[in-house]
Amino acid sequence: MSAPALSEPMGQPIRGPRALSDSWGRFWQLAYNIARSEFKLKFFGSALGYLWQVIRPLLLFGVLYVFFVLIFKVDKGKGAAGDFYGAQLLGSIVLFTFFSESTAGAVRSVVDRETLVRKIQFPRLAIPISVVLLALFNLALNLVVVMLFALIAGVRPMLSWLELPLILAMLVVLGTGIAMLLSALFVRFRDIQPIWDVVAQILFYSSPVIIPVETVREKLAYGDQLERFLYHVYTLNPLVTIFQQFRHAMINHATLSAGQALGSWAALLAPLAIVTALFVLGFWYFNHEAPHIAEDL
Amino acid sequence: MPAEQTAVQGRPALAAQGVHKRFEIPEERSHTLKERALHPLRRSRHEELYALKDISFAVPPGEFFGIVGRNGSGKSTLLKCLAGIYRTDEGKIWCNGRMSTFIELGVGFNPDLAAYENVALNGIMLGLSPREARARFKRVIEFAELEEFQDLKLKNYSSGMHVRLAFSVAIQVDADILLIDEVLAVGDAAFQQKCFDVFNRMREEGRTIIFVTHDMSAVTRFCHRAMLLERGEMVSIGDPREVADRYLEIAFGRAAGYEDDDVGSARMGDGAARVTDVWLGDDQHEHRAVAPQSEPLTLKVLVTFNTDVLDPAVSMTLLNEQRQPVVVATTAKDQEETGSFQVGERAVFAFSFHNMLAPGRYHPILTITHRGEGLDVIDRYAGGLSFVVSGLTSSGGMVEIPVETEVSRWGLAPPSEIEPAGGPR
Repeated sequence: MSAPALSEPMGQPIRGPRALSDSWGRFWQLAYNIARSEFKLKFFGSALGYLWQVIRPLLLFGVLYVFFVLIFKVDKGKGAAGDFYGAQLLGSIVLFTFFSESTAGAVRSVVDRETLVRKIQFPRLAIPISVVLLALFNLALNLVVVMLFALIAGVRPMLSWLELPLILAMLVVLGTGIAMLLSALFVRFRDIQPIWDVVAQILFYSSPVIIPVETVREKLAYGDQLERFLYHVYTLNPLVTIFQQFRHAMINHATLSAGQALGSWAALLAPLAIVTALFVLGFWYFNHEAPHIAEDL
Repeated sequence: MPAEQTAVQGRPALAAQGVHKRFEIPEERSHTLKERALHPLRRSRHEELYALKDISFAVPPGEFFGIVGRNGSGKSTLLKCLAGIYRTDEGKIWCNGRMSTFIELGVGFNPDLAAYENVALNGIMLGLSPREARARFKRVIEFAELEEFQDLKLKNYSSGMHVRLAFSVAIQVDADILLIDEVLAVGDAAFQQKCFDVFNRMREEGRTIIFVTHDMSAVTRFCHRAMLLERGEMVSIGDPREVADRYLEIAFGRAAGYEDDDVGSARMGDGAARVTDVWLGDDQHEHRAVAPQSEPLTLKVLVTFNTDVLDPAVSMTLLNEQRQPVVVATTAKDQEETGSFQVGERAVFAFSFHNMLAPGRYHPILTITHRGEGLDVIDRYAGGLSFVVSGLTSSGGMVEIPVETEVSRWGLAPPSEIEPAGGPR
């Protein structure tokens, strides 16, 4: 009737579900293969298939370009900083597309894989990470389009292109941190989705996608106390640093570098700290929730 | 890979000690921030459900171990704890060797992807490396007999094909320890036979298998040992046959099977004698409620006489769950002269037969009559006892009579008798 009393460890302990597995190899294989099948699913059955991934940002770019460049001429009156505005705009759109795909795409990711989570033991974090991987893959292809566009527009290769990995690293860390946080939060709070939709929209308009940093700086940075405060808040957004440095290093040196936009290189520590904090918070929360996600679904 | 190679000598393949698991069930689940904000205290209002209470057991390498129990008894929760899908609240679990879990077949199969993609992804989820998973595809598709359909999207598969594919993936994973939940209940007869063959092969290969099921015939057929869970507690562990009997007892009736029933419990007759007890087997106080199939069965009836009665007869009608009389027997047939009984005397009337009843629950109705045509009723007693026939064969008939079959050739039929095959397609 009774089992033998076990006082010493009897082998490899089973500790229940966790965010990560003991083997990094397995973790990445899982994340990669989930992303891979998701990629196949997304484009199977559509006539243009993968081309849509490139066409979508281009379409948005076309619309914004017509309104803001041809009609409102936002690129005029900035001297050399206004050069290659089209390539700057497209670059920012592509970067924002990654941010939006990795975060908004992650919100439902864990809940939508309920059957997996409830029935198989695997490192839970592989799910949001696979969303980021998929977005990263799309970003890589879109960036090729951006650089082609820039070269055709007349941008010449620069040494500062070597900064690209750093700029992308900051973006990926930011996207991953938020993806981990949102996917775990959504298990308990289903209103994360509408909330994040709105937040992402606000971020789109408050980041230097359409309106360049130079314009915002002119309007706010030298104004009264309130305006200067608003400018300070504006620069805390890590996307401002990322997008602006991309414009500066990749497209047009005449634009402000991120450091100049923020006032000093030391000021860059604030958005960097925010990115790091979001990543740590996201990982901590996901790791904390991982053991009981299967029960909370 | 045989289990012996990876497991440390002398250690169990899987061991659990003092495992507790409870679920918090909120009375009203607040899923939105608004509800949370408006009712910040609501979170504290929840019920606790103990799904598992102090479960300890060890499974040696190479054992085929069954976990049985009714719905909600905690057996699937236990399996999920063993698999590492749920975290235990207390207690420890250890394993030695590579473990693979099949809580449900085809978990994560995506209807919009072809068989190849699904097999590869499922294999990776179950712990294979991508290379292993892809290399195994051919074997998987062959075992599932789906070679012609391998490029079809899964949504175009029939449910049977789906299940076959899923099962093939599951058994192609080379794990030392397999956790399996209710997989035999699927597929057609031929495929089930194939599954049984696979289980036998795994048994012979010395793999450790933990198997959750409702199917008592599978438990007694495959398991070396079994465990019965009821309301989160371990009720018994050991010989699969005994565990299966205990399961049927719990599943079909209360321990002793005595209950008030609606099988016309009103007493009839003149009351010259009364049935005072009914039991199975030799021991009146054992309160057996299970009668194993294909074994001798004895039903005993204790009668107390209130007046002098000459040559009374007792008849028994066994009703099945559908209230159909399956067996009718009377003492008047064998011994018309049962004797003369005095006031206050007691007598036991026994009915013995070889139990060929289909598995299920039975109610005996007992009638005492005066000598003669059996129309002059002294007492009619119903609903005192009900018992369960436990059995491994359930053909679907009301009784399981041994039937011999034979096939022999009978020459050629005249052409006029041969009908066109098929019919409308």
